[in-house]
Amino acid sequence: MSGITIYPAQKIITMNPSNPYATHVAVRDGSILGAGTLEELSGWGEHEIDNRFADKVIMPGLVEGHSHAMEGTLWRYCYVGWFDRMDPDGKVWSGVKTIDQVIDRLKEAEATLADPNAPLSGWSLDPIYMNNERVSRHDLDQVSTTRPVGVLHASGHILNVNTKALELADLFKTGINHPGVPLGNDGLPTGELKGPDVMTPVGVHVGFDRNMFDCDERGLTDFAKLCVRSGVTTATDLAARLPDEAVEMMLRVTAKESFPARIVPLRFHHGVTPQELIEHVQRLRAQSTDRLRLGMIKVVVDGSIQGFSARLKEPGYYNGAPNGLWYISPEHLREIINQSLDKNIHIHTHTNGDEATQLVLDCMEEGLKAHPSRDHRFTLQHCQLADAAQFRRMTKLGMCVNLFANHHFYWGDEHYNLTVGPERAKRMNACRTALASNVPMAIHSDAPVTPLGPFFTAWAAVNRVTASGRVQGEHEKISVADALYAITLGAAYTLKLDGEIGSIEAGKRADLAILEDDPEEVGGENLKDVRVWGTVQDGRIFPASELA
Amino acid sequence: MNSSASPLPVTVIGGYLGAGKTTLINHLLRNADGKRLAIMVNEFGELPIDADLIEAQDDDLISLSGGCVCCTYGNDLSMALLDLKELEPRPDHVVLEASGVALPGAIASSVSLISGYSMDGVVVLADGETVRQRAVDPYMGDTVLRQFEGANIVLLNKTDLLDEAEQDALRDWLQERAPNAAIVSSSHGKVPPALVLQSNVMPDDRPRAGAHIHLDDRFQSRSLAMDKPCDAEDLAQKLAQDHVGIVRAKGFVKDFNGTLKLIQVVGQRFEVTEASEDKSLGLVLIGTDLPTTMEELNGIVSST
Repeated sequence: MSGITIYPAQKIITMNPSNPYATHVAVRDGSILGAGTLEELSGWGEHEIDNRFADKVIMPGLVEGHSHAMEGTLWRYCYVGWFDRMDPDGKVWSGVKTIDQVIDRLKEAEATLADPNAPLSGWSLDPIYMNNERVSRHDLDQVSTTRPVGVLHASGHILNVNTKALELADLFKTGINHPGVPLGNDGLPTGELKGPDVMTPVGVHVGFDRNMFDCDERGLTDFAKLCVRSGVTTATDLAARLPDEAVEMMLRVTAKESFPARIVPLRFHHGVTPQELIEHVQRLRAQSTDRLRLGMIKVVVDGSIQGFSARLKEPGYYNGAPNGLWYISPEHLREIINQSLDKNIHIHTHTNGDEATQLVLDCMEEGLKAHPSRDHRFTLQHCQLADAAQFRRMTKLGMCVNLFANHHFYWGDEHYNLTVGPERAKRMNACRTALASNVPMAIHSDAPVTPLGPFFTAWAAVNRVTASGRVQGEHEKISVADALYAITLGAAYTLKLDGEIGSIEAGKRADLAILEDDPEEVGGENLKDVRVWGTVQDGRIFPASELA
Repeated sequence: MNSSASPLPVTVIGGYLGAGKTTLINHLLRNADGKRLAIMVNEFGELPIDADLIEAQDDDLISLSGGCVCCTYGNDLSMALLDLKELEPRPDHVVLEASGVALPGAIASSVSLISGYSMDGVVVLADGETVRQRAVDPYMGDTVLRQFEGANIVLLNKTDLLDEAEQDALRDWLQERAPNAAIVSSSHGKVPPALVLQSNVMPDDRPRAGAHIHLDDRFQSRSLAMDKPCDAEDLAQKLAQDHVGIVRAKGFVKDFNGTLKLIQVVGQRFEVTEASEDKSLGLVLIGTDLPTTMEELNGIVSST
């Protein structure tokens, strides 16, 4: 048996309601022996005192319940987002504020490419903040006319490319008639490509190929570094196809002594029958390790609200756009839900619009009659437009919710003015209603759609401020305490990991977020600025400043 | 893919669950007539291919009898089509089964953007027994209706369960919702493959003048000689009018300026492109009550 280490801290916020605060935490073999005073913990016997966190604030390692490991992969491309953002190596890239700045940054990246034919790829562009000025192929032609250049928008739903990329995809021609391909006055595509069906054929020429979405070794390693920098010790990868070779890679990489996070990948439902899906996750579940938790399913039901592809109940889109798209039929959804309830497999569903949420609730209600399950914890992910009646049904059906709480900040103004209008924009991601209805709740970043950063997400749920500075949904704000719960135990509960992680108490994993500031002291308006020193994961110490 | 090869034609088969897509696909495979079909599916049920047609199966591709293949495309159709271009030997025709909730018209416009492919047509199936009920389903009704909007051919299935008046009413109802489509009745998806697949209209690209073939008890194929030059655009437009009984047409004609043109018609959609000079003149029509000569065709068109 290895030794006992006791860490004194300035303050320990345990999230354990029967012992909410402590001054010391004792760790043995990657597990917590207890949180309390030095005297209380000394009773465990011979120990070492490690003072390195003496001036830090310790929280349970944060849990990101909806992220994608692709965030790690994207950093290989040139960041051209509006907001400052930290890369896996800790460098903060300043946000770019004009299209000229976008072009300048791409030019800098272009100058570093040795191969004259290699594509140049950028990501996280968001013209919403630049008065919706559109980027055209002519803009990107300033970067290069000889190599393909492509820039992915922050939403992930739009790609801008240069003329060379259009040529390579055989789309530099007149006569194209497609809603996803806007044309210029010359009858030629402007270089803006909307929607995955249109993006893929050109995307493969500008470096956005399938490998980007199936996370690779370096991407997973970089993702884990971002976890450490944001205080996260457990993160979902929601979702992937999880072919054997990807699982093999993930098992190998996460098993490394230097790998600092627990990853929970979900298998998405596409491309296989419900039968094959269930068999696959059952096989995967058997391969689970402590740091790679396999065996869950993600089902995508509709699209996105800002892409007008989410399914909305009446009265539909504020600007009159036609209702969105179903990505699964009710029959198919029902089959997956029934089989999963029957076989004790855990499902998370993606719904954005309230009609899609309604369908899931209907299917659950029906499924639970035939396949009663006392503690299924099926979780509605995003679930952005759910109304109060739907939250009440979730409680009755034993469902959890993971709300996209920082969406207001990034796209709230868009939702208010365009997609759903003022009233429903104010109730989007209704955290207060969820808690008031006793629905177990987490909040998420959907990284890379928004940066991995639970304190930022918590800040967004507490303040509900949009990028333009308006408070949107005063009555759906939650307290700092509720927000901190949502990013620890709340998220752990949706993953059925709340018995192992999410709080600092005897018997749980030694997963800790080590903080320079006290989130309870800084005040709700400063929650996003809490500085993270690093993490402890399974007792292993990972200072952000020393990430290799 | 050989870049000089002509684009691979793609037929999109759409329609809600239970409309008969699987039955139609198996029927096409059984009557492929030497054409190598590549079937792409994305449906949640069991593989929609009859077991006796399957020859071999690996992870990504299923080999079917007659040189046909089948693959699934999951959530990324564009990527699957890019992959399919690399397949050797090259298929003759792609039959793309849209998922029961997808909008086939939207799929067709996306396919038309991918280099190496050309859209052959959108065939949407309707279950004669249930379609009107589906159309008012609170969740799926608008999707079911939007599926018809993009159709070139609507295949009204299970008509054996309907009497004539019901059939007529349903056809009118469908025509309103699929204004650009030819509405074709069938039972069990058993329609001549040439109706659904352009590649089977004139399998060897050689129209036989005067040939008149009964494809089944309702559908005929008729070849017209096209020795005289004509206005290809004008002709194609006439063939695509909804009252002439033509569901599909394909042929090579000489334009007034002497260039050889390929005419392709499906429902009310037509396309005229330049053809290589080695083709022989002639036009093949598929449908019911077809005109027997150009004069007759002109007569039908001008009488309205």
